[in-house]
Amino acid sequence: MAIFVNEHTKVIVQGLTGGQGKYHGLRNQAYGTQVVGGVTPGKGGTDVEGIPVFNTVAEAVAATGATASFIAVPPKAASAAILEAAAAGIGFIVCITEGIPAQDEARTYNTLVRDYPNTRLLGPNCPGIISPGKCNIGITAGEIAQAPTAQGPNVGIVSRSGTLTYQALYELKQRGIGVSTCVGIGGDPVPGTNFIDCLREFQADPETHAIIMIGEIGGSAEEEAAEFIKANVTKPMSAYIAGVTAPEGKKMGHAGAITSGGKGTAKGKMEALAAAGVKVGQNPTEAGDLMAEIVAALNG
Amino acid sequence: MDLFEYQGKQYFARYDIPVSPGDVAYTVDEAVAAAEMAGYPVVVKAQVQVGGRGKAGGIKLADNADEVRLHAGNILGMDIKGHLVKRVWVEHASDIEKEYYASYSLDRAAKKHLLMLSAEGGVEIEAVAASNPDAIVLLHIDPVDGISREAAHDAAVRANIDAEAVDGVADMLVKLYRCFTEGDCDLAEINPLILRPDGGVHALDAKVSLDNNAAFRHPEWDEFRATEELDEREQLARTHDLQYIGLSGSVGIIANGAGLAMSTLDVVNQVGGSAANFLDIGGGANADMMAAALSVINFDEDVRSIFINIFGGITRGEEVAKGIVEAMSRVDLRAPIVIRLDGTNAEEGRQILADAGIPESKLISKPTMLEAARAAVAIANGSN
Repeated sequence: MAIFVNEHTKVIVQGLTGGQGKYHGLRNQAYGTQVVGGVTPGKGGTDVEGIPVFNTVAEAVAATGATASFIAVPPKAASAAILEAAAAGIGFIVCITEGIPAQDEARTYNTLVRDYPNTRLLGPNCPGIISPGKCNIGITAGEIAQAPTAQGPNVGIVSRSGTLTYQALYELKQRGIGVSTCVGIGGDPVPGTNFIDCLREFQADPETHAIIMIGEIGGSAEEEAAEFIKANVTKPMSAYIAGVTAPEGKKMGHAGAITSGGKGTAKGKMEALAAAGVKVGQNPTEAGDLMAEIVAALNG
Repeated sequence: MDLFEYQGKQYFARYDIPVSPGDVAYTVDEAVAAAEMAGYPVVVKAQVQVGGRGKAGGIKLADNADEVRLHAGNILGMDIKGHLVKRVWVEHASDIEKEYYASYSLDRAAKKHLLMLSAEGGVEIEAVAASNPDAIVLLHIDPVDGISREAAHDAAVRANIDAEAVDGVADMLVKLYRCFTEGDCDLAEINPLILRPDGGVHALDAKVSLDNNAAFRHPEWDEFRATEELDEREQLARTHDLQYIGLSGSVGIIANGAGLAMSTLDVVNQVGGSAANFLDIGGGANADMMAAALSVINFDEDVRSIFINIFGGITRGEEVAKGIVEAMSRVDLRAPIVIRLDGTNAEEGRQILADAGIPESKLISKPTMLEAARAAVAIANGSN
């Protein structure tokens, strides 16, 4: 199993001929992901190391049967690229682009919801998704992800921060714990996929036995996730929230990571999660340790 | 980027939102000239990005040139909650019949735009929300549709805006929404939005926060950028396009990714240290950016150790390592580096650092984030 992507997922890369698209697209392919094509307007008919390039997503889908798209284009072009993929029938879009204006992001998200309800967007400004051993879309270094085992227990990871996603993967790998799927939802104000979307899938996924959630200051996504967990998630969880020491009112790099008027603080989020029965670590390593305890108990 | 009131008003004016006639002044003479243009009586307002200006004596009414001289002279150079007043806004004093509140922002939970409108303006909206939440009309707006004149009118009626002001306020809401969306604001707030005895409405204050991600399509923002108040370290970081926030501790922090950078601050704090800064070199950091980041940190005299925490995704370990070696050959670093390097091409990176033959008094490599934090804090605290 795994969630959202697996060994059958066929991926095209929008921006395959660009620097980031080529580097990560080829890395994803080398990992074993079915990278079946690329899209760059005006470069149709060429190829990137054997991967065919098309002018439009529609052409790429018709020729390859792609079901997912990896978008690695500049901020100015990202919104149009997302909507083009959705219009071409792509069901799962991963957009790693950083720096998309918030107004564009809000319009694009709401256009998807209205006109393409069967398309899921992951990101923007996210590291992507990896179902270890099966499919890796995005910028995650595949070798830090431990493949799941048939008997389990395996852990699902959902994270708002890119590098902390890798940190979480790494913490589990150090402990020899398999990962079903690791989803980086990104730190932008309007993410296409949120914590709750992932938690729902993990709860339903038979290959996932426990869940790690990595949040950060700002907004209320973690508090909303805590409410959802309380009502719907029976699998054991550990969590970590970044930004305990962040000064109020300062934007910490991510557009989303800002606390204001005592709202969106790490402390409040940690308390909400703890109240929902989640074991909360003070740093990523501690969250890993707590997960190791959970896994040991599951092995019982 | 947060705008000063006068910049916010200038920005509003671009979208035909009426504001009081006035001008910005850096000197007493300029203030008098602005007052003559605006017409007496005038209000002299300190331009600082902090609340409570009025209470601090930063807003004064003046009936003639002498009073403008007196007040502008007092206000310019004043310290308001740590903010030095470098300029004042001088505008014609308005007759106020009523004070309202209006703002647009993004409601992240709903993923829609949010209009907040209240007939109780001129006070902090948080206070109204606490004491009388029913006095605030909240209207979610689908960003695909925008707000119609009818919806704006309806909101004004529901907010109990006085009947004679409803049309004016509705017009204002439509214009302010255009400013918010086309103007790429994170926040566009008018408080107070006033009704004058003559029945007209206009913006008496302006709070505008711009979305830096949209700067590429707003060349007119350059002049705002020039007046942004950054400390020297932040200024230097900006020229290198680094996400930097100055703090007051002794451990310099460089990390890739905002989340990891925040987490690094947390871990340093947990093991008994304090961070001198937040610095995210971002995804795809290369040797040049790492060298620039180290120069920025090196500018900070309080830094006793430098903790570089890298987990490579887009960022490649060998680029980070090259940057460090490069920077150490160019800059005489004031403090030793403790590095933790993992992820994409981390092996290659560690090899480059080992081959460079840098003595351990200047560069220490640690396998985990926690161990690296302990080492960096030990150095920072030990040399105090």
